[in-house]
Amino acid sequence: MRADLDVIAGLINPGARVLDLGCGEGELLAHLQETKSVNGYGLDVDENNIRICLDKGVNVIEQDLDDGLENFESHSFDMVVMTETLQSVKAPDRLLLDMLRIGQECVVTFPNFGHWRCRTQLVLGHMPIANHLPHAWYDTPNIHLCTFRDFEKLCTELDLKIIQRRVVNHKHAENPWMLRWPNMFGTFAFYRLGRA
Amino acid sequence: MAEPATVGIVTPTVYVHNCPFTLQCGATFATYELVYETYGRLNEAKSNAVLICHALSGHHHAAGLHAEDDPKPGWWDACIGPNKPIDTNQFFVVSLNNLGGCHGSTGPLSVDPTTNEAYGPSFPNVVVKDWVQSQAHLADHLGIEKFAAIIGGSLGGMQALQWSIDFPDRLHTAVLIASAAKLTAQNIAFNEIARQAITSDPEFHDGHYKRLGVNPDLGLMLARMIGHVTYLSDDGMRSKFGREVKSGDIGTGADVEFQVESYLHHQGRSFSRKFDANTYILMTRALDYYDPARDSDHDLVAALRAVQAKFLVVSFTSDWRFSVERSKEIVDALIAARKNVACAVIESEHGHDSFLLPLPRYNDVLRSFLTRLHSDLDHGADLDHEG
Repeated sequence: MRADLDVIAGLINPGARVLDLGCGEGELLAHLQETKSVNGYGLDVDENNIRICLDKGVNVIEQDLDDGLENFESHSFDMVVMTETLQSVKAPDRLLLDMLRIGQECVVTFPNFGHWRCRTQLVLGHMPIANHLPHAWYDTPNIHLCTFRDFEKLCTELDLKIIQRRVVNHKHAENPWMLRWPNMFGTFAFYRLGRA
Repeated sequence: MAEPATVGIVTPTVYVHNCPFTLQCGATFATYELVYETYGRLNEAKSNAVLICHALSGHHHAAGLHAEDDPKPGWWDACIGPNKPIDTNQFFVVSLNNLGGCHGSTGPLSVDPTTNEAYGPSFPNVVVKDWVQSQAHLADHLGIEKFAAIIGGSLGGMQALQWSIDFPDRLHTAVLIASAAKLTAQNIAFNEIARQAITSDPEFHDGHYKRLGVNPDLGLMLARMIGHVTYLSDDGMRSKFGREVKSGDIGTGADVEFQVESYLHHQGRSFSRKFDANTYILMTRALDYYDPARDSDHDLVAALRAVQAKFLVVSFTSDWRFSVERSKEIVDALIAARKNVACAVIESEHGHDSFLLPLPRYNDVLRSFLTRLHSDLDHGADLDHEG
């Protein structure tokens, strides 16, 4: 399993209620259903992903995150997860608030636009392309990129509590450089959030 | 993947239920009959049975042919057969004509033993719950304790939903296609127009047309024409018929018949020959009255508390008679009730009729869900844990 999903799986209690926004091929939920008998649901809109989820027996719901999450009751889930999707939704701020309205806690992961490779390319006059941001400016699904510092500022503004932060490289491993200067050397961040 | 094939020639069977059966309305049948067909083979453990519940104007003949020279196969032949989404190499498929129907099961055309005359309009009110109970009788007869899946489109989906509520431990999965937990006012309105078309036909005679040797053909035809328009979509009709003229000269306006008119006339006429007016009224009423939350203070989540089945809910973008939103209501209630559910919204311009068509993505979704189900059953997985 992807290393970041492994970390998330470790945070989830057996039998918990889990909502995975942009669940992709349902890797996390299939694992959690099998090992922890969670009551999990994944939201996605990609036809191929949905079919693969059905193959795996994952509770996949075809729903566009940009249409909001009003159909989910408040305080109805233990954990709401969104991996590498925040940067491609229309209203990340509203979605974050919704995630913590629905869930007790949430986990968000996203790529860092403040990584030194991005900064260098911008200084040289180009939109950044890197391992963790592989798209050209004209065909990227990423419409709301941010740096770790930007994200933390938003959390403060929205009054969201950061319970845990983990900064990793594109192989989802940690190293001393990114522990010291996360916003410069980290490629992906993993934030575990709660209601303040 | 092996090529999809047909189930071949099939022969209907009649099940006679020889014990009294009291309906929700209080009326009792001393005995009643259900006509049904089966496709595929029931395995030794009797664990691979799939029940097909039919929609408003459906019947037991869902797949295959009745004779070599049959012009048309069963109504869901696109989906049921060897290597088709409901794969008869894997599953034993049971399809019946519901109680109150007009294709061989006890219905308004049958003789009432107390009067020795056809029931006609005095056939008791049958509701979805009664259909589910009678289908359970048939399952008992076939030795099926628990269905692998109960599948239905439209009104058929309502039966699958009701099964999961009334007999939670008798099905592993329920597949609801282009369905709703209850009809909207608009949907009931269309049914009422169809009923009015029939009952206002001078040949209807308060439902006693058979006794007089006549039939409300025009009323049935009109009812079916209205139905067909609502089962399609604006875009779907445009691409299927456009403004194409079948006969006559639109320049002079002489005897013009548009393709769409010709289609509706043909559909209406052939329906009026095949379908009983009293059955049509009975089935539209069952459709209108259905609301599983009525006994739970109109709380669908509460109505679903005891459900054990895993659900697949499928809807189609251009279906305005059983819209995507109606399916989403079911999905949201199942999630709130902590039940296992997956849902897919299929892009289609064919309106409500989509559920009968071999649309590639729709077929893939069904196939994936049912293949997974089959392998879970094979591995004896515990499918029944609550969420």
